[in-house]
Order: sequence, then C-alpha cells, then structure tokens
Amino acid sequence: MTLEFRDIVLRQDDFTLSADLTVPPGRHAVIGASGSGKSTLLSLIAGFLAPSQGRLLWQGQDITDMAPGRRPVSILFQTHNLFPHLSVRQNLGMGLRPDLRLDRAQWQRVAQALDQVGLEGLQDRRPGALSGGQQGRVALARVLLRARPLLLLDEPFAALGPALKAEMLALLAQIAHGTTVLMVTHDPADARVFAPDTLLVDDGRVHPPQPTGALLDDPPPGLRAYLG
Amino acid sequence: MAARAALGAGHAVAAALAALTLGTLAAVAWGAGGLSALTGWDWRAVWFTCWQALLSATLSAALAVPVARALARRRFAGRGLLVTLLGAPFLLPVIVAIMGLIAVFGRNGALNGGLEAVGLPPVGIYGWQGVILAHVFFNLPLSVRLILQGWQAIPSERFRLAASLDIAPRDIFRHLERPMLRAVLPGVWLAVFLVCLTSFTVALALGGGPGATTVELAIYQAFRFDFDLGRAAALGLVQIALCVAALALARRIVVPAAFGAGMDAGPGVTGPPGWRRGADALVITGAAGFLLWPLVAVIATGLPRIPALPGDVWDAVWRSVWMAVVSALLSASACLALALAIARGAGRWVEGAGMLPLIASPLVLGTGLFILLRDVASPQQMALPVTVAINAAMALPFGLRALIPAAQALQADYGRLAAALDLRGWARLRYLVLPRLARPLGFGAGLAAALAMGDLGVITLFAGDQPTLPLKLYQLMNSYRMEDAAACAVLLMGISFALFWLFDRGGRLDA
Repeated sequence: MTLEFRDIVLRQDDFTLSADLTVPPGRHAVIGASGSGKSTLLSLIAGFLAPSQGRLLWQGQDITDMAPGRRPVSILFQTHNLFPHLSVRQNLGMGLRPDLRLDRAQWQRVAQALDQVGLEGLQDRRPGALSGGQQGRVALARVLLRARPLLLLDEPFAALGPALKAEMLALLAQIAHGTTVLMVTHDPADARVFAPDTLLVDDGRVHPPQPTGALLDDPPPGLRAYLG
Repeated sequence: MAARAALGAGHAVAAALAALTLGTLAAVAWGAGGLSALTGWDWRAVWFTCWQALLSATLSAALAVPVARALARRRFAGRGLLVTLLGAPFLLPVIVAIMGLIAVFGRNGALNGGLEAVGLPPVGIYGWQGVILAHVFFNLPLSVRLILQGWQAIPSERFRLAASLDIAPRDIFRHLERPMLRAVLPGVWLAVFLVCLTSFTVALALGGGPGATTVELAIYQAFRFDFDLGRAAALGLVQIALCVAALALARRIVVPAAFGAGMDAGPGVTGPPGWRRGADALVITGAAGFLLWPLVAVIATGLPRIPALPGDVWDAVWRSVWMAVVSALLSASACLALALAIARGAGRWVEGAGMLPLIASPLVLGTGLFILLRDVASPQQMALPVTVAINAAMALPFGLRALIPAAQALQADYGRLAAALDLRGWARLRYLVLPRLARPLGFGAGLAAALAMGDLGVITLFAGDQPTLPLKLYQLMNSYRMEDAAACAVLLMGISFALFWLFDRGGRLDA
C-alpha cells in the first residue's frame, strides 16, 4: 500500500513541482505555505494533472497514465464535492456505479453507508437542503462506498467551524481505517490530531514524510514563516 | 475518454456548420459555373442595403436614448412589464410586425386617416421609408434594453451623491451619463446595423423595386425569378463581405449581449422634477404606443377571425409547429456539442464556427443546398427539411452565447468530481450535463423554436403547396385577404411566444 513518486516533475506555466519520495501506508498531513503546490500535488495523484517527467506508482504498479476515475483513489475537494441537482441517494449511488444502475444489494449498501455517517432518513434530500456538516458526511459516506485504498483530502472541512471539523475528523478516522490518507491542511492542530506523519511542500518541492510533532515543534525556516 | 468524445462531437458540429455556411456558397458559385458580373441593379441593392442599415441603426440608437433614460430614472406601475415587453420583438415574427405596421401606417391605416382629416396628403408605407420604419420598430426596443442596462450599470450611489450635492441634471449628464453612452452606444449601433444589413423579410414585404431592394432580397429575386445562379452567388459573396466588414468593425467595439439579467436598479433613484417629469412621461408613452399600437391593431382585427380561418391555414400551423420543434431540438443539440467542446478547451475555431451563421446569408444557404441536393430531391421534397436545418443553424449563435458560460462553469465546478467518480458518456450527459445546463438549453431551444416558427426566409425560395404559417400569411396578404392574414398573424405570434415559453419553462422545471 505504498505510493511512490519516481523523479516526478510537473510544470505549470512558471510553477514547477518536483517529488521523489515514497509514502508508506497510514495517515499523512500535507502542509506548506499558500501557493507551495499542495493542491497541485493532490491533483497529480488524482490524475487531473499529468507530470512532464517521472512516474507515479501505487503498490509497484505504474498509474501515471491512468484516467482519474480508474485510479485507486478517492478525493474530496474544498468545495463542489456533491452534485447539487441529485438527491443524497443518487450522489452516494455514484460511488458504486456512476451510471446509477444499482441492484437491490447495492442500494442496500447505500442505505447502510448513510446510517453509518448518521444521516438515516435524509436520502431523498438534495445537498442544498443539508447543513455544511451534513454535506461533509454525505461526501464521507461516498468515500466509504467507493472503498478506494488511497484517500486524498484537499481541505474539504476548511469552511466548517472548529467543533464540526473535529467531528468530521473523528468520523474520517473511523471511515479511513486501513486506508492511506493524504490530507492537505493549513491548521497545524488538525495535523497533530489526525496525522502521525506529515509531507512538507516547500517552494515547489515535496519532502518525504516526517513525524508531525517533531516537524511542527521545530519547523524549518519556510514553514516557520508560514505558521507564524 | 470522455474528453475526447466531447471534443470530437464539438469538432464535428463545427465542421458541419463551416461546411453548411461556406460550402453552400461554394456550391452556388460552382453551380453557376462561376460568378456573374453584378448589374447596375445589383449595385443599387448594395448601396440601399448599406444606407438603410446606417440610417436604421442611427435612428434606433438615437431614439432609444431618451426612452432608456426615462425608464432608468422613473418608477411607475407597469414599468417592469414594459421592460419585459421590450424584449419581445426579438421573438416576434417579422411578418406579424409588418402586418401591424401596415394596419397603423398603411394606406387605410390610422395615421393616414388622421392626415386626411386635416387635409394633408397620405404617406405610403411601401418603399424605403417602410423598410426603415419596420427596422426601427424592431430595433428600438432592443436598443432601449441595451442602453437601459448601461444606465443601470452606473452605481446608484453616484446618482445619490449627485443628488445630495445638488448637481444640475445637465451636469449629471456630462459627468455620469455621457461617458456611459459613449461606451455603450457604439455597440448598440453596431448590433442594429448588423441586423439591418441582412434584412430580408422586411424588404420582401415592404420594399422591392429599384429604390428599396436589399442584397438578400436581390439574391431571392436572382434565384426565384431569373434562376441566375451566378448572380445569386456573386450577391452572396457581397453579402458576406458586408457582414465581415461590419464584424471587423465590431472587433474594436464591444457588442453588448442582447439578453441581460437584472433589469431593476436599486431603490431610491428618482429623476429630476419639473418639466423633465412630463417630458419623460411623454417619451415613455410615445415609445410604448409606437410599439404596442401596431400589435393591438393586428390583434383587434385578427382575433375574431381565427375561428373562420380556412382548413389549409391549420395545416400550415401544424407544419410550422413541428418544423419549429425539430429545428429547436436540432439547434439545442448542436449548441450543446459545441459548448461542451469549448468548455473543454477546443480551439477558438470551434467557437468561431458557432458564430458563423451570424454572417451567413440564409438565402445563400438555401440556394446552395438546393444546388447540392437537386439531383437527389425535388424542390418540393427538400423545402421543409432544408428550412428546418437552416433555421436551426441561424438560431445557433444566440443559444450558444447563453450556453458557453454555463458549460464552462459546469466544467470548472464539477469536471474534476465527475472525472474522479469515473462519470462518463451517457451517464455524464444524463446525470450531470443535462440537469446542470437545462436552463440555458431550454432558453436556447425556446429562442430557436420561436425564430423558426416565425421565419419567412428560406421557405420563400421553395414556396409551393406546403407553406409554413408565415408563408401562408404572406400569401394571404398578397391576395389582399387582410382579415385572414391578421388572424394568421395573431396565431403566429401566439404560437411563437408559446413555444418560447414552453421550452424556456421546461428548462426551469427542476429548479
């Protein structure tokens, strides 16, 4: 369950992101200043951006040219994680089959996932009729259904208040059991609570994972300036 | 991959449009065995086309300024309705408006009745003055709406500031309104100029003769009366050259969008008191009267006659309705393919191809298709399908304008989520694209349906035993059955608006 960046360089206009490291299984925070390339890193892993050189490997298998939907990856964005014109049920069903041709057993699993995130009975609502926290739960329920071994989080709970965010992280820890997680965050407290290891992205360079506590206690100069 | 399929469909539609607009012109030239020299008559048509468009655009823009200003600074009951009605002429079938103008300004109309009563000689509506009158009738409302948007784009705080500083209306004009007009008017003028440059129906019904023939009408005459394809092709080239020249001008001028949202400025804008209040009331009443009187006259004559309409009119109604619906669906599908490809970053040529119909001449398209298909089908057989296809193409740029921003927003907001979920092909279309784009698609289809329903253009080339409703109306007018024609006009207007409403409404059902 390791993710391997082999000599990867990604160029976007005048920005360059380079990564040459191995991410072992477990929960990892991704930290770095704004514009350092955190979201670009996630887009690279998810397959929205292609590297101009190097290979990306998952468990030794080359996934560099794989279409985003075929990768062993689930991703949650900052916004737009749900289709607002579809019901909660349909949004979740897409986690199993995008064409929504689910059989009975599959719809059953959708209902179970909804129970698991504490939203039983809301399957016919549209996302617009849910609170921000409930929307986050629906997105997590879909992650559960997709059951991909690698989960990427691009600050999906940044807009929630502290209490709700803590709740989401707890739920996430439960759901992501046994999954390799990369979570972009700008809140050091989240990183300490959630992720034993952290990937530092500094000035377009991704550093190998290091223990979160030690990194935050004694940050290198660039990160220190960002954390304040 | 989904992206490749979307791009492929977009490129295919763009290529088809380019072939339709440019290929037909080539077909006309080829069918003629080359271009014929233009006669003196043709050059007079070119001259008339230019100066009438110039005069129509200037009159429309100039008259629209006081109306827009009055509407911008006054609040009265029915103001919202009036502003909405100003958008209606875009959907109003041209031939219906012509009926109305004849009813008011024609030989037996109210205007000449009044002139006669005071002992003045009557004025005629046929000829250049009629063509310009009709163009102003259509384009004054459009211009008012565009200029009104400009007025409402001036932050109301500025007007409040001016009022609190007790700045005189003349100085408000100088500091606030004149700079806005200088920015907005060139675009308005050009939009009207372009519309009038390709005028066919108005010239067909009210013009003709040496002094009032447009290039489009000359193409029709060359094809239908003389069957001189070489002249038709040469005139087609001239028409395209005129449009391209005008568009080259447009590259320096921003043409505002005809349909803007948000017609109501913030509260608290009160115009200056005194005589200006009376003047504004007069201007608004005058404009509303000029626009509504002809329509009311047609409705008053036509409505009671509808039950007595002969059966062949009803045949024409059904023929026109299904043609309009097919045309709308065709246009909306083509729009969708283009917009999705553009949103995924297809080259600029795809967008350019989508806008090609703006400079194309529907009559050249019709003539070209006739030449290409004449060995396969008879004119009678091809009349309806060719009309449907050309109407779909002509409506495309308007729908596309509404659809492109929506498709781009869709791609930006949900493109990655769809890709991450592996949502592709039909499932993507059904569960993402159609629901998210239903509104602009419904609007575009409604526009296409209304335009196709009311169009009296290509069909005249093939005029035969299967008339559409506008053609039937025109035939009734030409045989002086004016009451039946008025009844047809009421039907045509009602159905055009109803079709637009139905499609537009359909796109909002899910909201």
